[in-house]
Amino acid sequence: MASKPRIKVPKTASAGEVITIKTLISHEMESGQRKDKDGNPIPRQIINKFTCAFEGQTVFECDLDPAISANPYFEFNAKVPASGTFKFTWLDDDGSVYEAEELIEVK
Amino acid sequence: MKLTRRHVLGLTVGAAAFAVAGARISPALASVEDTEKAIMDFTGGIAPGAGKITLTAPEIAENGNTVPISVSVESAMEGDDLVESVILFADGNPSPPVATFHFTEMSGAALATTRMRLAKTQNVVAVAKMKDGSFFMDKKEVKVTIGGCGG
Repeated sequence: MASKPRIKVPKTASAGEVITIKTLISHEMESGQRKDKDGNPIPRQIINKFTCAFEGQTVFECDLDPAISANPYFEFNAKVPASGTFKFTWLDDDGSVYEAEELIEVK
Repeated sequence: MKLTRRHVLGLTVGAAAFAVAGARISPALASVEDTEKAIMDFTGGIAPGAGKITLTAPEIAENGNTVPISVSVESAMEGDDLVESVILFADGNPSPPVATFHFTEMSGAALATTRMRLAKTQNVVAVAKMKDGSFFMDKKEVKVTIGGCGG
């Protein structure tokens, strides 16, 4: 369903800096409101949760409802205390989990 | 006034048109009520205040399938001056909830942008929950040219 997510995290930051992170994942986000050509409702299948954590600490989370557009996009901020790894997780209605990681270096 | 056949016809057509219009309006009103109820559920019955939260949305969205939307809340994001979550509603969609953002001290700033679907011209509402138990709300009307819920 979903393809490799696209994530933008700066490569470096200064200690304590607040950075902007952008993420996008390909997903149809089938709302459950649409009908197929025979008039039968198409079952809902969306990504229902997105999380971003830095070294195990939650930075940002979002609960998604079907009103979020296809290919869900998020832009949010994160405070960078030290060099480390951001971990991103998307949870699908069908139980799939999509994950990605990005490193950041504090200079 | 004498009631002629023509008058009766006119009245019947008018009444029928009104009934149809009424039936079309009611689901939207239900959505607005659902939204108000959902906001009260979120705040635990406290009426949210104005200010602090800013909702940014286009005045006119040509394509209701992907409407960019941003929320930001004034906060130090430390100690008690922390935004815990922001909930978004679209009060004219078949199902009003859009998303809930959760922030932590690690967020650095209570700011988030995403893209949403809007079925038609309607209000988008954002409510922020602060750590000290207060709530703030902002509302924007977005005019939609082509709706984004399909089917």
